[in-house]
Order: sequence, then structure tokens, then C-alpha cells
Amino acid sequence: MKTKRLIISMIFVVLFSIFVYISHQINFVPGQEISKNALDFLSNIIKVFPGVFILIGLFEVWIKASTIEKHFGKESGIKGYIMAIILASTTIGGLFVSFPVAYSLYHKGAKLSAIFTYISASAVCRVPMTIFEISFIGVKFTLVRFFVSLPLIVISSKLLGDHLEKHNYTLAPGK
Amino acid sequence: MIKIFYAIVLILSLVSLIVNKNKTEQAYKIAIQKLLNILPSLLLMVILVSVVLYFTPDKTIVNLLGKNNQFLGVVLGLFFGSITLMPGFIAFPLAGILLEKGVLYMVLSAFTSSLMLVGILTYPIEKDYFGAKVTIMRNSISLVITAIIALATGLAFGELF
Repeated sequence: MKTKRLIISMIFVVLFSIFVYISHQINFVPGQEISKNALDFLSNIIKVFPGVFILIGLFEVWIKASTIEKHFGKESGIKGYIMAIILASTTIGGLFVSFPVAYSLYHKGAKLSAIFTYISASAVCRVPMTIFEISFIGVKFTLVRFFVSLPLIVISSKLLGDHLEKHNYTLAPGK
Repeated sequence: MIKIFYAIVLILSLVSLIVNKNKTEQAYKIAIQKLLNILPSLLLMVILVSVVLYFTPDKTIVNLLGKNNQFLGVVLGLFFGSITLMPGFIAFPLAGILLEKGVLYMVLSAFTSSLMLVGILTYPIEKDYFGAKVTIMRNSISLVITAIIALATGLAFGELF
């Protein structure tokens, strides 16, 4: 299963590389623009990802599971969601950065509803992004977004998390 | 921003190294292993993003969001926000341009919120960590939440009634 997915991804990467190469050879403009998009996005990722994964590595080695269970686990109640939102506000990057962080939190004992809250909250209330948003669109816009989205995020995460836990859903290890 | 981030990463790594060399080595091994695990899906996402961005350039988004009535605008905002992916430092200046062109706050809200909350292009990565079922459920719920935020924004700015 895992190797099958790896092979599919690699086929795409090879085909894409060939497409980019030929586009440059025959001056196919759409192909050149697509390759420029890919490079721009890739360079954004390369800037952020190594640091994120080093922090995840340090987190896995140093932070005790009991600490995470206490603050984000099944017994954490409302505090778990508040902690998830606070942690989310310090996240950088985008959704794709919060996935691996959430995954590690889960395997240290965080409840599913807390990691779903973390993922969604990191999409709406990252501090650096919010400052940017206020300066371009205005503070009222941002406040409406916060006050409407955060309760909905917590409620929906709780419903989704509880539903999955009732059906004994677990995340596959080893990612 | 990124400099501050790496300063923090560096300081934490050094503290970790001073306290326990073995654990720090292990942390870096975990980091590399995890990065390699996700690399295939990451590259797949880069390819998806590069192709989708080509077909939805900023100009198209500005034109479509600016020229329609409020409800169609919100629907288009949700659509473009969901299928594209861009960092905040590109998205918010773009939203600023849209605002100057007279695009409604609720349309901007639909666009920027779904951009951040709904990730169709991040599907390969999200599925790797959480499985297809949860990924689809989370994104569907997020789309509904985004629509509610947009309507609430419309109410707050008096654009609905």
C-alpha cells in the first residue's frame, strides 16, 4: 500500500519533470509558467519545512506523553481546546504545516477533537497572518472572523472527534 | 518572520544539544525520517498547486469576484478559496486590491477563509496523516463553517440587508 503510493507519486514527479523540460526546450509558455509556480511554491516549503520538522523531532524526544495528555488529552475538557487554540496561534505556514504537528500531538496523547481544533484554528488565527490581515482588510473583518469561527471550530471538532472515537478510530502510526 | 522562526529552532536545538547529545541526535533523526516519509505527497502537492495556480491567475480571481452579485460572489469566493492555495503574504494584499475595487467584505471573507481552512490541494498530505475519510469530513465541515463566517461578515458590514 505504502510502496504503491510512493510509486504513483514518483511517476507523477517524473512525468512532471519531463513536461517541464520539454516546455523549456520548445518554449511552451504555459509549461514554463507552471514550472515557475512549482519552483515558487517549493521554495516556500523548503524555507519552512526543515525547521518545522526539527521542532517536531525535539518535541517527540523531550515532551513527556503525560504532559500532553494532561493539557490536550481526554481528561483535559475545555482547557484542551483553549490550549489547542493558543498553540495554533503560534503556528507558521499553512494547513500543511499543522498536519504533521497535529499528528505528533495525537501520538503523544492529545484527543482527536483537540487536534482538529488545532488544525482549523491554525488556519484562522495564526498571529503573524492575523497582523497581515488586519493591515490589509481591517480589524472589524478579523474580529468577526474570530468570534464566529472559533466557537464553530471547537463545536465541530468536538462532534467529529467524539464521533470518530466512538467508532474506535485511530490514526495509523509511523508517519 | 522566517528568521525569527529559525533563530528559535537554533536556540532550542543548542539547548537540547547541551543538555543531552543523544536525545538531540535522535530528534534530528526523527525529523529527517518524518520529512522523507511525507516527501512523495509533498511533491505531489507542489505539482497540483503549480497546475491549478496556472489556471486560476490573480487576474481571473479579481475579475470574477468583482463583477458578480453578492451571493454568486460568495459562492465563487468559496470555490476559488477552496481549490487554490497561497501564502498569506500573497492572499491578503490580493484581498486588499479586491477591497479597493469595491468587492464586498462577505465575498473577501468567503475567499480568504476558505483559502486558509479548506484544502483541496493539500489532500495528498492530509490523507497521509489522517486517512481519506477524516480528510473529506474535515474539509466538508470547514467549507460549511467558512460559508457561515462569510454570511456573518455580510451581516456585520450591512451587506446582506
